[in-house]
Amino acid sequence: MRLTLHAVPEVPLEAEAICPDMLMGLSADKAAELPVFHGNEKARLGDFFSVQGEARDGTVTVEGDLSKVKLIGNGMSTGRLRIEGDVGAHLGAEMRGGEIVVTGNAGDWVGREMSGGRITIRGDAGHMVGCAVRGVPVGMLGGEIIVHGNAGNEVGHGMRRGLIAIGGDSGDFTGVSMKAGTVVVMGRLGMRPGAGMVRGTLISTQPAELLPTFNYDTTYRPPIIRTILIYLRKLGFTVEDLYLNGPYQRWSGDSIELNKGEILLYAGTRQ
Amino acid sequence: MGSELKIINGRVYDPINDIDGEIRDVCIRDGKIVESVADDAKVIDAAGKVVMPGGVDMHCHIAGHKVNLARKFQPEDHRHDVQPRVGALRSGTGGTVPSTFTTGYRYATLGYTTAMEAAVPPMGARHTLEELHDTPVVDKGFYLLLANNVCLNQLLEQGRHAEFRDAVAWWLNKSKAYAIKLVNPGGDEPWKGRKNSNVHDLDQPISGFDLTPRKIIKALIDVSNDLGLPHPAHIHCNNLGHSGNYATTLETMKTADGRRAHITHIQFHSYGGEVGKNPTSAARQIVDYINEHPNISADVGQVMFGKATIMTADAPLTWLLRNMSKDKWINADTECESGCGIIPFSYQEHVYTHAIQWAIGLELFLLSKDPWRMVLSTDHPNGGSFENYPRLIRLLMDKPFRDEQAKRANPKAIANTSLLDIDREFTMREIVIVTRAGPARLLGLENKGHLGVGADADITIYDEMEDKEAMFNAARYVIKGGELFIDNHEFRFDHEGSVYHVSPSYNPEIERVLKPFFEDYYSVQFENYPVSDHYIARGVTVPTGQSQP
Repeated sequence: MRLTLHAVPEVPLEAEAICPDMLMGLSADKAAELPVFHGNEKARLGDFFSVQGEARDGTVTVEGDLSKVKLIGNGMSTGRLRIEGDVGAHLGAEMRGGEIVVTGNAGDWVGREMSGGRITIRGDAGHMVGCAVRGVPVGMLGGEIIVHGNAGNEVGHGMRRGLIAIGGDSGDFTGVSMKAGTVVVMGRLGMRPGAGMVRGTLISTQPAELLPTFNYDTTYRPPIIRTILIYLRKLGFTVEDLYLNGPYQRWSGDSIELNKGEILLYAGTRQ
Repeated sequence: MGSELKIINGRVYDPINDIDGEIRDVCIRDGKIVESVADDAKVIDAAGKVVMPGGVDMHCHIAGHKVNLARKFQPEDHRHDVQPRVGALRSGTGGTVPSTFTTGYRYATLGYTTAMEAAVPPMGARHTLEELHDTPVVDKGFYLLLANNVCLNQLLEQGRHAEFRDAVAWWLNKSKAYAIKLVNPGGDEPWKGRKNSNVHDLDQPISGFDLTPRKIIKALIDVSNDLGLPHPAHIHCNNLGHSGNYATTLETMKTADGRRAHITHIQFHSYGGEVGKNPTSAARQIVDYINEHPNISADVGQVMFGKATIMTADAPLTWLLRNMSKDKWINADTECESGCGIIPFSYQEHVYTHAIQWAIGLELFLLSKDPWRMVLSTDHPNGGSFENYPRLIRLLMDKPFRDEQAKRANPKAIANTSLLDIDREFTMREIVIVTRAGPARLLGLENKGHLGVGADADITIYDEMEDKEAMFNAARYVIKGGELFIDNHEFRFDHEGSVYHVSPSYNPEIERVLKPFFEDYYSVQFENYPVSDHYIARGVTVPTGQSQP
């Protein structure tokens, strides 16, 4: 099935209907009748998108400037969703399975509270990637979020399981209040990475300024980093060989919490 | 209005007028219950249904700044419980601390038509009245926190009893309150002064004053009786939640010395055992005392398993609980008047303490010989949301259901109580007493809680069902002030409800005493402090009676 944006919404469009779970087995006409919210007004999917074909195998492609379209792939559990262009906030929120690929940039709250599946963003992502919503202590529960470009603040806030990889730089408070899980940032970490982290692993190939509540343990060559980086290379990341085997500093923290988290920073030579 | 309504064929329960399940008619004109109405009056056929007065919740936390803080810091509690806009009704959010409009609608859905906000510092009166204005359907009022008031404490320690009485009356007048509330009397001063400090004995001196909690309790019980307030001093005792606190509760009740006093959420104050160790049940000791002392009344403050929000003026208590949960916590200080603590909470069946709290609450209900003086509350939202009331009613009315629930809870805790040995099941009449007639009588609301001629036409009609939880979960009809608010399970119109307050007389000379204190210690100008009348456009001044013995 192919959805093409024909009318750019004036205010954010909440389009939970754009999700393989909802579209699978529907004819194009039926799909166009699915409800969406344009601001506080109820509208039809067909009011904004032209729908072609069917999603028999669960593959849906969406194209156009979707930067004002929110909640695409909300609660998705199966199928493939390909977005050609930019996309708005809450992409793949509470996603449980399947795969989403975005060729452009994504808004805030990518993969909020997701528990399975994979989201790949070829461009940049906004703030709150794989994050908990305000008030809830736990964020991402599983799955993978792969961002080829940069990401905003609070990547992996409250994360409990899964993998978040950022090809470029990340914003402030990366991995804040992490419970567990892995965040890899190929570029630079913003301010105060890992603040309040309980457990979990934060990896960066660039130097970073850490909070005083993180303590230096050792410099070593953890084999898990090689495994993770080779995996990311297969997913299309550019990973230089020196990062695969190179020495990493291990910092443990956050000591105002359980002190069982770790930040691994590349400490070898650079070319 | 001028509308007339007649409810026919219903099984009527009205304990105040000694009507116990008779099939009879109820006639309504102009918002009141009358002897008869014209033949062309609108008729509701209540055949197969139960007719009773609207519910009266005498202790809940539904408005004011602590309630609003609790709403704001728990977005996670609201997000999956949205109240949609229906017809003329407003949208809102639910959870353990619903938004104002939702609070009113959901009380009404359960058949409740009166709810009293139980703890407001005088400084918060304006905020509370504004929220109560937006809490539809129910009639309401609030209790004024006065047991940690620095100015009153000073008058008391100097032995200026007449001025103390006038100052209390002034405060009740100027904040449009309904009754006097005591929370952890004397505990705020040590708490505010030193880290993690509190008073633990009624005769322990309070730092900063030549006073003890007992003196404050005695003084406020005396004043509320002397002023002839419709509801006596409403007391949250010291040592809430601590093992062995039943002794403090007994001492507090003895301090009343035969005069009327109301002990609130008494379940939280009925624990045996040693401080710092697991509590045991002291429900028997507490109930025995209350059974023998008609001057004392209580509401239970039942704990229900599931999500709750602890919000109280007892700030040191929330600090204690916060250290167990390690979750978010709000602590606030209201100038010279009160403290406040809020934390999210969850009562879990497998936890010993939670299970014994649950069982002690039920013991208190079931061991009490006088349901008029041991009425129903969950201290909403502290022991659980008021939306748990139907389940609580079923626990009281249905012994097999109760035992089945008890078997799921921590067995060690249940074995430490007499719950499984109690066979009593509440009758419908007793349920009407603990949810309606009893609280109305304790509050001194003469036109509420019954269906006699002249009473307010606040009436609920439930389908008669075997499963009492399902029955009380949604009233088929709710009549508020003579108008059908819920008609066959559908919301019909929006109704604002009235604010009940008292206006005891006082010597105006007291302002000469109070003003200098305000100028020295308050951030609010004395002249700006009193709440003006337009805050209670729909106010009802309940007359203060003769001084009580």
